[in-house]
Amino acid sequence: MNRTAIDLGGLGLDQGAIVLLRQALAAMAPGDRLAVSGTAPALLVHLRAFARAEGHGFEPGPADSSATLVRGTAASARWQQAERAGSASADGTVAHAPPHWGLAARGAAVEAGSPAFHFDLADRDALWCDDAGELYRRAMAGQWDPAQAIPWDAPRHHPAFVEAALVQVLTYLIENETAALIVPARFAARVHPHFREVMQLLAIQAADEARHIEVFTRRALLAGLPLGLSTCGGQTSLQTLVDEPEFALASFLLSVLGEGSFLHLLGFLHVHAPDRCTAEIMRLAAQDEARHVAFGMAHLTRHAALDPTLHGRLRVAVERRHAALQHTAGLNAEVFDALVLLAARELTPAGIARGHAAVAELQQQMDAGRRARLGKLGFGDDTAALLSSLHTRNFM
Amino acid sequence: MTTTLVLGAVAYDAKVVTIWDGFQRWFDAQGLPFDYVLFTNYERQVEQHFAGACHVAWNSPLAWLEAQRVARARGRTAKAVAMRDTDRDLTSVIVVRADGPIRSLDDLRGKRLGVGAGDSPQATLIPLQHLAERGVVPERDLAVQRFDVLVGKHGDHVGGERDAARALMQGSVDAACMIDGNHLQFTREGTLPHGATRVLAQTAPYDHCNFTVLDDAPTALIERFVALLLGMRYDDAAVRPLLDLEGLKAWQPGRTTGYALLERACERTGWLQPFLRRLGAA
Ligand SMILES: [Fe+2]
Ligand SMILES: [Fe+2]
Repeated sequence: MNRTAIDLGGLGLDQGAIVLLRQALAAMAPGDRLAVSGTAPALLVHLRAFARAEGHGFEPGPADSSATLVRGTAASARWQQAERAGSASADGTVAHAPPHWGLAARGAAVEAGSPAFHFDLADRDALWCDDAGELYRRAMAGQWDPAQAIPWDAPRHHPAFVEAALVQVLTYLIENETAALIVPARFAARVHPHFREVMQLLAIQAADEARHIEVFTRRALLAGLPLGLSTCGGQTSLQTLVDEPEFALASFLLSVLGEGSFLHLLGFLHVHAPDRCTAEIMRLAAQDEARHVAFGMAHLTRHAALDPTLHGRLRVAVERRHAALQHTAGLNAEVFDALVLLAARELTPAGIARGHAAVAELQQQMDAGRRARLGKLGFGDDTAALLSSLHTRNFM
Repeated sequence: MTTTLVLGAVAYDAKVVTIWDGFQRWFDAQGLPFDYVLFTNYERQVEQHFAGACHVAWNSPLAWLEAQRVARARGRTAKAVAMRDTDRDLTSVIVVRADGPIRSLDDLRGKRLGVGAGDSPQATLIPLQHLAERGVVPERDLAVQRFDVLVGKHGDHVGGERDAARALMQGSVDAACMIDGNHLQFTREGTLPHGATRVLAQTAPYDHCNFTVLDDAPTALIERFVALLLGMRYDDAAVRPLLDLEGLKAWQPGRTTGYALLERACERTGWLQPFLRRLGAA
């Protein structure tokens, strides 16, 4: 049995002395005695109350201003069944994160009896990739401030029909970016926080999309035109994406096929931008999208290697979405025409021929890019070509 | 034959339902069928305990004395079978303003003393007895102002004590009574600013609630009930929330040695008489 003494000086239990007492008692074993002295008013009254409330013994004296606390069992009992929620390091995840770890930091000691949280994405194999932490840090470092990064005041000398075409394309982009925000935002709230790097990645991906919505809107309004058209076909296509409940399938449709296609579209818009402001917006947005594609590729590659059924399910997802959309219009004519006009820059047969050829080339690039990524995910050439061709004509 | 143990408790707060629902689930899981009835006041609980409404009553110290006296008058016996660790060795304090003129119990003569509910052992009956036994007789030597929050609940609600403490700081009373732990709580939460009060007197230690049974209680069920209570461990995550809610770390066997001070208070004031008369036990 140890005997320890603590002098609280003039510090009262109502002024924080309880912290000193708890620290001292925590280092002791049940049954150990802690001699407490001090000069604070009501010290013994408060010591008796503190000891009773926290399950320690109390013996007054020997002096008027001293007492002995006998360390009880309750203080440590609370933590006897506590369990470590994995470990904090990047390779400290467990295969399945249990509901009662809840919001606890990975690596924290979780008190037994903590409430269960129902995060349904709790299996590492279904969502993890080993460089998730690195991808998050890269995303963080790649954040840009629209006020600083975009030359909003850059001169604009293009004709009115080009501006109108640009506004239509931006209107289309905004609704696509909105879908691209909602999907990761929803999954961020379903991923068990044990896989914090994935949760963080999804959150910053949503933040990227919020910024894209912001800059596309701001650019669209720059010349004072009203926003363009939103079509049934476009929204129906996006609805099939937003409604996909399975993480792997949604991520495949959004990041690999949709954002993958958007990389080419943003590249096209960068090249054919009528002003420096638009060009810079497209360049920066494309940088962000490249990260979104990279994360989708990384976790799906790992997932596919661990789960032989995944390829089949991804394929079915594309086919199902294609079937759902086959009676819709696909890319709306207004967007298609606007892309042609942007690349044409002039309302002449020669200009339109150039623009039309550029858009046709864009669609070929998108197709080639999708097939290359599908190949990397382990699909054979024929399947990759088939799936790419079935991808929504709405691009996203 | 009775197979379900029925407990009586007083609903001094909405959380009482949460507490006993939780205990009901836990006792059921341990194989003890358990139910409970709630009363709005302890006098009704004691009366109904004798009428057979429950097998065991979660009694305040005053309700324990009431049960004991009724039992004695009817040739029955009451027994305390278990209590919380926090029911043992409480003290109450009488506090005054640190910057005021009151330095001794004698200085209280002619002054106003704020107490809790009239039926609060800890905030009224016991501290007033403490004064009376030291020659300062309440009502005769000093004025007593009651802060009656939820009468019939024997001071289980902390509101009366807090009101008395506030009155002390506002200057409408010259001294106030409260449990030692509430003085710590009130100073920590700022109801009593740090250093603004001085403890003028501290009562001798006394005991608080207990589980009371009468001589006709179903022995096997009560034994099982007590064994389960005493076996509840604070390191068990399934019971810890219940213990936290009820404010204890461990159940202790019942003891009745800690009620003498309250008993003397009741004798001096005749506090129990109206109730005992009503039950034909005076
Ligand atoms: Fe985006
Ligand atoms: Fe994106």
